[in-house]
Amino acid sequence: MKPLLLLFLLMTSINSHAVDSRQLSDPKQQESYETLTKELRCLVCQNQTIADSNAELAGDLRRQVYEMLQQGKSEQEIIRFMTDRYGDFVLYKPPFAGKTSLLWIAPVLFLLMGLMTIFFVIRRKRATAQVQVDALETDIEKQKKIRSLLEKGELS
Amino acid sequence: MLKYIIPLLLFIILAVFLGLGLKLNPNDIPSPFINKPAPEFSAPKLNAPEQTLTHADLKGQVWLFNVWASWCVSCRAEHPILNQFAKQYAVVIIGLNYKDEPEDAKTWLKTLGNPYNVSIMDTDGRIGIDYGVYGVPETFVIDKKGLIRYKHTGPVSADDVQKIFLPLIAKLEAES
Repeated sequence: MKPLLLLFLLMTSINSHAVDSRQLSDPKQQESYETLTKELRCLVCQNQTIADSNAELAGDLRRQVYEMLQQGKSEQEIIRFMTDRYGDFVLYKPPFAGKTSLLWIAPVLFLLMGLMTIFFVIRRKRATAQVQVDALETDIEKQKKIRSLLEKGELS
Repeated sequence: MLKYIIPLLLFIILAVFLGLGLKLNPNDIPSPFINKPAPEFSAPKLNAPEQTLTHADLKGQVWLFNVWASWCVSCRAEHPILNQFAKQYAVVIIGLNYKDEPEDAKTWLKTLGNPYNVSIMDTDGRIGIDYGVYGVPETFVIDKKGLIRYKHTGPVSADDVQKIFLPLIAKLEAES
């Protein structure tokens, strides 16, 4: 059992070190490196950031980001470099533009649709409930009438 | 009546969008390069590493830039079509040997045939990044002025050659 456990532990540690990490001397640049690699999409494995991905291209793009930071390029310049080559698709946060407007507006749109649905459902429920109450009230009145008629009949 | 029509309409709209979604290729990312100048490069030739080829050498003609590698499986599927294409039509095809071992690449061309006028080496993938390469093979069509006019991601099929490449090349050749 013990050798198995050891093997398992070794395997997990191999996994967690598979993605290389680079150190920049300037802590501010290091911060830029971390945020940039988490905002750029790996184009080979489309649902991973380049920070997460083990794909060769992701490694090359991390190197590119690292080198550009070393050259003193700003975050905007690096993002520009990437979108010039790979388009907005490379960004996990696409800019608000004509093409992407639906993407940004859709959540609000869906929320409004949901609220409207709830509003109409509640209104309809209320209306039907009122009809039932009305019906019940007329029922009670009818019963009273019947009872009084019956009582009258017994008397005569 | 309305009670049944509204859900039906919603269902139809949803079905149409999902149906269209099925037909889209998630790897077909719109290229920001169309009608932009082909990025500059200067790289050693695969068969003569002491010589370099630059983008300027290719100005004034229509050429194809095909990204390939010996480790790329789809390139193997595409290769006979490129061979045929190069044999049948007088078109300049430049190969970008992307992140490959020169020896493997040379053997590959020797055994499978060489459709390229020249192949250049991009061992560390930097030219690839400049061209926004993310899935090998990729094929660019570049016009006489050095502008990228079309980008094809994935293997080129015989159908693509007839329906896309030949008409486009004829059109670009006619431009001054």
